[in-house]
Amino acid sequence: MQSEMPVKPQDALRGFVFTASGTSDMRHKRRLGESLVQAFLFFCGVVSILTTLGIVFVLGREALLFFAKPEVSAWEFFTTTKWQPAIGNFGIWPLVTATLVTSVIAVAVALPLGLAVALYLSEYASPTARGTIKPIMEVLAGIPTVVYGYFALTFMTPMLRSIFGDGTVEIYNTASAGIVIGILILPLVSSMSEDALSAVPRSLREAAYGLGATKLETALKVVLPAALSGIAAACIVAVSRAFGETMVVAIAAGAGPNFTLNPFRAAETMTGHIVRISGGDLSYDSIDYDSLFAIGLMLFLITLLLNVVSQRVVRRFREVYE
Amino acid sequence: MGESANGGAGEFAAQLPKRHRVGRVWFLFFLSATVIGIIALMALLYTVIVQSFGFVAIENKIDPATLAVAGVPLEQLDSAQLTAILQQNLSAGVMRRYESEQPFAERSRDNLYALTMERVVQPNLVGSWSLIESIFDRRTIEAEVAREHPNARLVFRTWLRPSFIVNAQASSAELAGVRTAILGSLWTILITLVVAFPLGVGAAIYLEEYAADTRLTRLIRTNITNLAGVPSIIYGMLGLAIFVRLLEPLTSGAMLGVTDPTVANGRTILSAGLTLALLILPLLIINSQEAIRAVPRSLRQASYGLGATRWQTIWYHVLPSALPGILTGNILAISRAIGETAPLVVIGASTYIVMDPNGPFSKFTTLPIQIYQWTSRPQAEFRNIAAAAIIVLLVMLLTLNAAAVLLRNRYTRRV
Repeated sequence: MQSEMPVKPQDALRGFVFTASGTSDMRHKRRLGESLVQAFLFFCGVVSILTTLGIVFVLGREALLFFAKPEVSAWEFFTTTKWQPAIGNFGIWPLVTATLVTSVIAVAVALPLGLAVALYLSEYASPTARGTIKPIMEVLAGIPTVVYGYFALTFMTPMLRSIFGDGTVEIYNTASAGIVIGILILPLVSSMSEDALSAVPRSLREAAYGLGATKLETALKVVLPAALSGIAAACIVAVSRAFGETMVVAIAAGAGPNFTLNPFRAAETMTGHIVRISGGDLSYDSIDYDSLFAIGLMLFLITLLLNVVSQRVVRRFREVYE
Repeated sequence: MGESANGGAGEFAAQLPKRHRVGRVWFLFFLSATVIGIIALMALLYTVIVQSFGFVAIENKIDPATLAVAGVPLEQLDSAQLTAILQQNLSAGVMRRYESEQPFAERSRDNLYALTMERVVQPNLVGSWSLIESIFDRRTIEAEVAREHPNARLVFRTWLRPSFIVNAQASSAELAGVRTAILGSLWTILITLVVAFPLGVGAAIYLEEYAADTRLTRLIRTNITNLAGVPSIIYGMLGLAIFVRLLEPLTSGAMLGVTDPTVANGRTILSAGLTLALLILPLLIINSQEAIRAVPRSLRQASYGLGATRWQTIWYHVLPSALPGILTGNILAISRAIGETAPLVVIGASTYIVMDPNGPFSKFTTLPIQIYQWTSRPQAEFRNIAAAAIIVLLVMLLTLNAAAVLLRNRYTRRV
């Protein structure tokens, strides 16, 4: 497709030269409109690169400004456990632990459930069941995250409090946010995994049945390993989504950094902190403003790393079938 | 037939029931996981619906019946009578402030009535119950209201009522509505659409039809995939630094001489729309690419064979047949932008706006931000209006998605 009509520079020039018979060579006529259109389309393609450069530049520059301030040291940033910008304590760990707790809970909910849904849909479900369940999962995936936040606060938290007791579970807690993020990324895991499972050729399943394997043995010992690269990628993308999820934690996990691993306590994640601080009246010259970009840079790098790894996993370990 | 073969078959047969049992147990696990997913969706909808209906106890500061003029109830008074009531009950200073905002003589009757309700009657919610409580614990609720708020009356409230849709934002849940938020959302999406649609489709055409397999092209492709995985809040920070601060003269309208008196900075609809455009661009490019790739090669070759140039081929043949796919994909991307909250909070959407946005340079709030704001309030009645706003948002998204399906079906039949 790319090389259908190669335009060489000398061809373009020749368009101006009239041939001996006096007619112009239409094939090589230089068309200004065509070139303009192509330039515009090229610009459209480059916008995405500009966006990335913009993100890296903006986050990097403000984060550098932050670390250059006398009251901040990078060492303190990565090693201490208190985040109190008002009195000059900038230790990222309370925000990181909260992010970890919510993400671990979310992934612990979404992975087993998502995989099970994918296995059910690709190996067991009848066409009618698939036709009903897949749209339901798509609806789940299409609901805005702020609605999930509302759900966490008005449904999940009261439920957790009635199960474990009001004394143990605080009104804002990371467990509720984590579980709801898990529900939020469940459709992502299930649809990515199902795509991977469905791509495994039928012949593999038939060979397994021919050897006397049961349906479950075929699914778990033949199909699942064959689709492993796609499933691993789904898992990594799910972790990255859980890390970057914002509204659920901003609403349900609590306001105020708290260095704890207890999922029933309130704690603020990296994303939750960014939203809360920037939602207020924020002066552009304050150290708070710059600190947000340092957190943002960390978040960007972590999720970028996870996404790149997931693409590598797919490319590297993909089983190719005839 | 040998002994061992018989023994092997026997062993196989003996293990078979156990293997099938294990199979059934796992099958039940797979099935229940699917059911849990469905239950989660049900629970979510249940929570929202249950919260948007139910009893409320309302206590008026002044009983509207006492404001009736010569037997005509408050709701039927005309503008002059309402102005008179306002004059009797409000201090001169407050009256002067309202007069300077908009002279009383020019105000509409509805406006005056709303003002009377807000400033004079001052309905105050003293309690609110969910639908389930209202149905099953009605006696308890009645007893509680009679005991604790003897002056209050108990009303069954449908929070999602017409006045909720048409009212502007207000500080009390009783009078608040989502009109400003809906208009803000629509304006923002319009900007997003105008910017992102040409850019996204253009990039997709470039990648599918023009780009040779160079290093730059590969870089663009990888980059788009990676951008699609960047958390939305990062785009908010990009928008804050670039559109709100760096391009402030442009996004606040100062450069074009359209300064809105209420705007002091670049935190405008234009900034929000541009930020969301960047956010959905990767998704849009990927979807459009898929649609363009699905157009058969023979169509292009036939066009080239007739002497069409590359752009003529794309414009007259490739794009029309890729259009249904592009539209469907893009409507899904746009519904994502409508529900997006975090980046807009970061670029500084105003949370309390009474004035309708009137252009790209207005301050704004959007429906999801309004929901976030109301959900964060501790009072129960704000949870109720948040639930009602969620229903409005979900209906908007549902309409868009239905439109996507209809469009797709219509175009597919024609092409």
